[in-house]
Amino acid sequence: MLTKRIIPCLDVDQGRVKKGVHFTQLKDVGDPVAIAKAYEAQGADELVFLDITATTDARQTMTQTVAVVAEQVFMPLTVGGGIRSVADMHDLLRAGADKIALNSAAVKQPALITAGAETFGSQAVVVAIDTRWQAERQRYQVTINGGRAPVDLDAIQWAKQAVDAGAGELLVTSMDADGTQEGFDLALYRQLSAAVTVPIIASGGAGSAEDFVILFKETTVSAGLAASIFHFCQLTIPEVKTVLKQARVTVR
Amino acid sequence: MIVIVDYDTGNTLNVKKALDYLAIDNQISADPTVIMAANGLILPGVGAFKTAMNALQQRHLVSVIQAFAATGKPLLGICLGMQLLFDRSEEFGETQGLELIPGKVVAIPTKAGISIPHMGWNTNTLTQNDPFATGFANQATYFVHSYYVQTKSAYTLATTDYGQPLTSIVRRQNILGTQFHPEKSGAIGLAGLRRFKEMTDHATLSSD
Repeated sequence: MLTKRIIPCLDVDQGRVKKGVHFTQLKDVGDPVAIAKAYEAQGADELVFLDITATTDARQTMTQTVAVVAEQVFMPLTVGGGIRSVADMHDLLRAGADKIALNSAAVKQPALITAGAETFGSQAVVVAIDTRWQAERQRYQVTINGGRAPVDLDAIQWAKQAVDAGAGELLVTSMDADGTQEGFDLALYRQLSAAVTVPIIASGGAGSAEDFVILFKETTVSAGLAASIFHFCQLTIPEVKTVLKQARVTVR
Repeated sequence: MIVIVDYDTGNTLNVKKALDYLAIDNQISADPTVIMAANGLILPGVGAFKTAMNALQQRHLVSVIQAFAATGKPLLGICLGMQLLFDRSEEFGETQGLELIPGKVVAIPTKAGISIPHMGWNTNTLTQNDPFATGFANQATYFVHSYYVQTKSAYTLATTDYGQPLTSIVRRQNILGTQFHPEKSGAIGLAGLRRFKEMTDHATLSSD
């Protein structure tokens, strides 16, 4: 049986992990290698690095960060944030990333998904979608630029379009659930799972191990992603996996 | 010295990083002399079968890899690299492979609850006892693929369950393959690469 994946997400700014990562056992809480190793030891199934560097000229640092992490950590690495071209994708994959997550750039330029898939294979192209429920239109609306800018696009339709264009996986964040720690947006993932056949990573809302149990019992998504609850050791990956095993969800 | 075949495919550097981490002497090369002098050869691979075969042909590597396999020294194909070892693939029309192990590569059947690609950590079930495969028994390793190998049970060392059993480790004499990525499968994967290295040591001793 394919196991359900638990994925921590790290925000990286100019080579340092940001947004209050606080591992009690780490001396340097900003070092991506130390943090990635700690997560590997905990049994994380994959890591997502999100480049939040604001300036374009500092972006090359991300390639360097990926290169040093990939020398020490032997699990799948996905890198997202500010990737705009096949050349950007090439640099990061060559540095040791396994998958590239495209978000705003894919919305603005869907041909980038196809170009990436044709060059590196669909398995290397993740389309990340940030979405928010739009009550007046009764739909999940796509947002870009880190969730700040709504666009006139239905997230379910966009997911289908992205997969048709060549995306091998979707990383879908519910902006409504994100930060609430009240559980994943199950309705969103049910609709997505019915619409596409590629693996889906659910993101936004995880607050407890139970939230992951509910996610995997109630939907067919492949993976659950979380950031702050893992960073602050509010919840550890072994705790999540123990609870999932008790609930008979297959995990590594 | 282990040589990693250089034909510009995705996971080449990650295989090198894993060998470097294990302090295993290695080199990435497309030079026939360097390849033939290796104690062991690793054929990486990510992406499409046809593209990969074309890349090997352009670099005149098909006959070099076949000649290396004929020496009896260990050869390990990883992911697409394993699929390339077989006769042919049905991906994007029929493409001829390296024909080192009898069998063919076909699409994973789609059905309810089976998303494609098969992506993530899945458990290996051994179907034969083998010193290389043993360490993977009942262990989860990282898979990413949409096609799988159909071959005789004599060449299958392990399978993984994804709606049906999928071939996960193969071997014909000195020719080995893993459908999963040992270089991305944590400590279990690294241990497998170390066992491959040990096989290359023994092969070198016995040929001396």
